[in-house]
Amino acid sequence: MEERSLHIVIVGHVDHGKSTLVGRLFYDTGSLPPEKLEEIKRTSEALGKELEFAYIMDNLEEEREKGITIDIAHTFFKTEKRRYVIIDAPGHKEFLKNMISGTSQAEAALMLVDVSRGVQEQTLRHCHILSLLGIKQVAVIANKMDLVDYSEQTFTKVKDEIIKVLEGLGITPAFVIPISASKGENVASRTEKLSWYDGPTVLSALDSFNSLVIEEKGLRFPVQDVYEIEGTKVAVGRIEAGVLRKGQDIFILPQNRKSKIVEIKKFMEDGLTEAATGDCVGLVVEEDGGLSRGDILEDCAASTVTDTIQANIFWLIDSEYRLGIPVKFKCATQEVNGKIEKIHRRFDPASVEIVEKDSTIIKPAEIAEVQIKLEKPVAVDKFSEIPELGRFVLEHAGHPVAGGIII
Amino acid sequence: MDHLTILENKSIFIIREAYAKFRNIAVLWSVGKDSTTLLWLCRKAFYGKIPFPVIHIDTSYKFPEMYKFRDEYAKKWDLDLIIGKNESEIEAGMGPTKGAKLDCCNELKTNALKQTINRYGFKALLLGIRRDEHGIRAKERVFSPRDENFKWNYEDQPAELWDQYKSTAEEDNHFRVHPILHMTELDIWKYIKRENMPLSELYFSRNAKRFRSIGCVPCCSPIESQASSVDEIIYELEHTNTAERAGRAQDKEDAYTMQKLRSLGYM
Repeated sequence: MEERSLHIVIVGHVDHGKSTLVGRLFYDTGSLPPEKLEEIKRTSEALGKELEFAYIMDNLEEEREKGITIDIAHTFFKTEKRRYVIIDAPGHKEFLKNMISGTSQAEAALMLVDVSRGVQEQTLRHCHILSLLGIKQVAVIANKMDLVDYSEQTFTKVKDEIIKVLEGLGITPAFVIPISASKGENVASRTEKLSWYDGPTVLSALDSFNSLVIEEKGLRFPVQDVYEIEGTKVAVGRIEAGVLRKGQDIFILPQNRKSKIVEIKKFMEDGLTEAATGDCVGLVVEEDGGLSRGDILEDCAASTVTDTIQANIFWLIDSEYRLGIPVKFKCATQEVNGKIEKIHRRFDPASVEIVEKDSTIIKPAEIAEVQIKLEKPVAVDKFSEIPELGRFVLEHAGHPVAGGIII
Repeated sequence: MDHLTILENKSIFIIREAYAKFRNIAVLWSVGKDSTTLLWLCRKAFYGKIPFPVIHIDTSYKFPEMYKFRDEYAKKWDLDLIIGKNESEIEAGMGPTKGAKLDCCNELKTNALKQTINRYGFKALLLGIRRDEHGIRAKERVFSPRDENFKWNYEDQPAELWDQYKSTAEEDNHFRVHPILHMTELDIWKYIKRENMPLSELYFSRNAKRFRSIGCVPCCSPIESQASSVDEIIYELEHTNTAERAGRAQDKEDAYTMQKLRSLGYM
């Protein structure tokens, strides 16, 4: 079995069947404890419904009574090939921040479309979010085939429609799979009713996704904190890209000072000479006097040091942004105050056309291309090159208000 | 990097973020396997000596084996142990047979915790809950803010993108920080094995019974099991389909007990 779990987010318009699909996937693969199934049967009956597979994911009382998903749920699932973390995202516009939170943790996505309704507002919005967050592995699930009498013609129409949207955003879906989630058709097993379809089921499509590959890149080590261990200053952090070697020369950004790694420290692991991407380690460096949270250690000082950020941001909260309102910029362990100084253009991804150029506001659920001015320089990369130092969150008064990627 | 090391790194990152942001934090230790794993990870994050207090919320109904384990390892690991008790309710006779279990959990756990947090003014608490334990816990954020009444506003949780955790806003009283949210029960046992971690004897089979989840004596039932070693428990879990908290009475009074308890500030 692969060591790394694959994180998959389930997205799409409200009521297109996301939670039902996940529930069904668990049920059809025998991944559901019997008590849980009993509990769902009882609750379904009490609410006067047939067995409701969505309740496997929708555990809040409010979610079950209203028949909606409010917040993301992470569940664990495995096949012979690998472990999965399945993130079920809500489909309502008002819960978009939850959908984006879930998608930010994912490496692949299943995009659900109800074939009887086709592409709708949140379908478009979610496609844009997938594209912005750099999720390239996507399978489209054409759900509710039972409502269109398993018609290949209707399927093809919706398939063409969604492929056009995704390709316009630079995403080529790996598969478009006709299914009925509520009936369990083409979820874990095939059905006669869709005999005209010869592609994979949802389950086999999951296993065909590629796992995350850690590429060889330049070193990025954001300092999280500095501890004093037995009289020595140790800078702790996680290697976001590249590798670290004992004795290696390093640059400390954004100041651009030079130093050297004297020791790599992990508890109860002596004599470490190397640490890899993803490792949380402590470092003793030469002339450690100045290290503090937010410093970025690099092998070649390749990041851009700047106080002006060009980015695409997505607005997460219900109130709008007006030029000049202060924000806190958070990228890796760097936190600097600033403000958005230019809104080059903003648009509503659900309506596709540009809303406004050179704007002074950003409205809820909109995407905007902006220029952010910071009080101090930071070290950043383009999202397309080193995502860990190319993505950020903006906060206002302690609340996250936007996510962004550096272009 | 192997699966367990990936999970361990994620936990250590979260623990260090919480300490970097707040300094005035504490870790909650129920003496069960999950929070003992969390303590173990904290020891790793801080090179052996945890630089903040460890809170045990004592309902007075815990198993004797748990008190013994707690005191032994508090000493061995040089823990700054705080024992939190709702003394007035315990004296007044609160217990699981006096009325609803929900009230007992709420008084002896949640309110005892509130009293402790208020006394010390902690800005964040590290908790060893996991997403796969319960559907309600599957909805949690890694950094989860609580207001002055300790309410969990599950209908409007903050956005949490990548590893950027929310800063403190005016209405945030403290944060619940969940460093092992991403681990499953099986991950925990495999990690316990790899690390050769000590654990309460209650988890291991005696007279063909063992506890899969431990808490208060009156509300915990053992399961039928011959598994008397970590290896045997891992084998058993890989071949069972029963839910982990099936032996925990407080989850079962009605379908939403856990949601109600948690919205009031329960772990």
